[in-house]
Amino acid sequence: MTKLLEAPERPIRTGGPVGPRPRAGLARSIRNLLTSPKYGPVTVTAVLFVAIFIIGGVRYRGFFSGQVFLNLLVDNSYLIVLAVGMTFVILTGGIDLSVGAVVALSGMIAASLLQTGWSPAAVIPLILVLTSVLGLLVGLMIHVFKVQPFIATLAAMFLARGLCYVISQNSISITDPTFVQLAVARIPLGGNLSITPSVIIALVVVAIAVWVLQATRFGRTVYAIGGGEQSGLLMGLPVARTKVLVYVISGFCSGLAGVLFTFYTLSGYPLTAIGTELDAIAAVVIGGTLLTGGYGFVLGSVLGVLVLGVIQTIITFEGTLSSWWTKIFIGALLLVFIILQKVLTARRR
Amino acid sequence: MSALLARLVAHRLFWPVVMLLVLFTINLIAFPGFFTVTVRDGHLFGSLIDILRNGAPTLIIAVGMTLVIATRGIDLSVGAVAAIAGAVACSIILGSPEPGSPATVAVAVTVALLISLVLGVWNGFLVAVLGIQPIIATLILMTAGRGVAMLITEGQILTVNSPPFKALGSGFWLGIPIAVIIAAVVFGVAALVTRRTALGMFIESVGINPEASRQAGVRARGLLFVVYTFSAFCAAIAGLILTANTAAADANNTGLFIELDAILAVVIGGTSLAGGRYSLVGTLVGALVIQTLVTTVYTVGIPPIATMVFKAAVVTIVCLLQSPTTADALSGFRRRLAVRAGKGVAAS
Repeated sequence: MTKLLEAPERPIRTGGPVGPRPRAGLARSIRNLLTSPKYGPVTVTAVLFVAIFIIGGVRYRGFFSGQVFLNLLVDNSYLIVLAVGMTFVILTGGIDLSVGAVVALSGMIAASLLQTGWSPAAVIPLILVLTSVLGLLVGLMIHVFKVQPFIATLAAMFLARGLCYVISQNSISITDPTFVQLAVARIPLGGNLSITPSVIIALVVVAIAVWVLQATRFGRTVYAIGGGEQSGLLMGLPVARTKVLVYVISGFCSGLAGVLFTFYTLSGYPLTAIGTELDAIAAVVIGGTLLTGGYGFVLGSVLGVLVLGVIQTIITFEGTLSSWWTKIFIGALLLVFIILQKVLTARRR
Repeated sequence: MSALLARLVAHRLFWPVVMLLVLFTINLIAFPGFFTVTVRDGHLFGSLIDILRNGAPTLIIAVGMTLVIATRGIDLSVGAVAAIAGAVACSIILGSPEPGSPATVAVAVTVALLISLVLGVWNGFLVAVLGIQPIIATLILMTAGRGVAMLITEGQILTVNSPPFKALGSGFWLGIPIAVIIAAVVFGVAALVTRRTALGMFIESVGINPEASRQAGVRARGLLFVVYTFSAFCAAIAGLILTANTAAADANNTGLFIELDAILAVVIGGTSLAGGRYSLVGTLVGALVIQTLVTTVYTVGIPPIATMVFKAAVVTIVCLLQSPTTADALSGFRRRLAVRAGKGVAAS
């Protein structure tokens, strides 16, 4: 009952008890910041990211450079886009397990169509439309037929993975000049720093997502559904449309992430991106989005991706640590953040 | 007659069994000798036996999964636990002086099963004590577990040459595949323990309403520990069978996607993912449907790689059939039909 009463006010209350109140001491506002379920986890993530980056800088020569930081964006641009889509879904209290398979599927579609001589200008929009339609079907299955998000997106995952195999069992390399050019292009940022076009695309997606979530009615409805679907419905919010749309957004983002991933690998392979959905979920959770929905930021998810990226970078720099330690670290980090969420939300109740 | 038919259709095992029969029929048309079971060298042979043997690991995991799902939970970590169990057993067998002796294999299997119990308790701790959502709690072990398995195998595929161990996966006893016997024992024990005692009802009550069952004096916390531990134990048994089948522990691929197959089996069997009432027989039918589907894809001559597309189709169909929206639409349709029939009678 309390949930029902307080839910509608959540999306509206942007400052809440967290903003710097007059006469409140610095220590108190820091404590408020850390114990808020809205800002607490994301603050901890930001501190953690800076701490890991500093530790890396102290331990390894050449770590503390702008390019290492930019490479985090370059290597993870597709994951950032995925995490953005996943943030929308998790904010409504859902989950999307199909994203990894959809990334692989869009890579396969791109590679096979380009091989038969299609123009990239036709291939990329086609992929985005197809993956959005897949998202739409998943959304309809979840909303109209009341299938749990978990199982509906599982079906979509099977479908996408299966279609990958139907297209080809082997890796198809991409030789299309436009794709190759986009893959090798570097945009100089002055000094020796440079980024890739994928980073720009990812950042544009992030900017749009932030705007949509913070400044549009649709965004508020997303938060409202996560806070309490029933109360959203009672307030007359377009719950049905929004719930379906978040899966369309996630499908679109997965398609786009797949395209970015093909820029990165220049090939399509049916077994690629297995487990990427877990990375995306982990990034969103580490970025401070509450798994039950209602709280969270897109920028937090970006920060989550960067934390995963910096861990990967440290393991590469260390050299002696094997790559499977990454999985163990991500698991441990996920655990810590989930417990943190638990503690913070329990305190507020 | 029609009342009997209506009751039959309303039975929750009706659609799964129909699906299984449809698959059998397709197989029979494509391959007339489908139902023949022959005895060769004292062993049973035939397509049905193959389905049972290859479906055994999925069934074993699905039995554990059914109980977890009945408590409104889910266990995504079973694939990783299976990989860890296989890795542990293989590394012990490889490290021993006589890999072929039954004693070594017994030690390896026991240690692997004990470790799985620890992993199950860990999952139970996260869910029951820390109160983390089951999807996420087991996601942690799913992610980290493969890493741990890689750590045990040191990133390599461990191949063992141990006849007693290999027998677990491909051996026969009294003409029946050992894997099938193990699956039958696991299924039988689970069915007896949960259905002949009050345990099954407690599990269902926790799934239907944890708070109410706690107030009624059911120890939800202990039950959660039990089901997650049992699930991990089942996963380890399945992992050992899978590993023994290929006589190699592959940390990356042992039990990959098996959690999905197991969940599918449970869902096809009519157990709701929202917890509560569960049906072990349904799970058995579900596991058979999945394995028969895979076999059908082979016998009909569709490239086996397309199996996942068919699985997706099956999940979608089953979910849509079980959906309340469909049920409403169907009952509305039936009512309209009845009304129309009634009018017809009145007019004549």
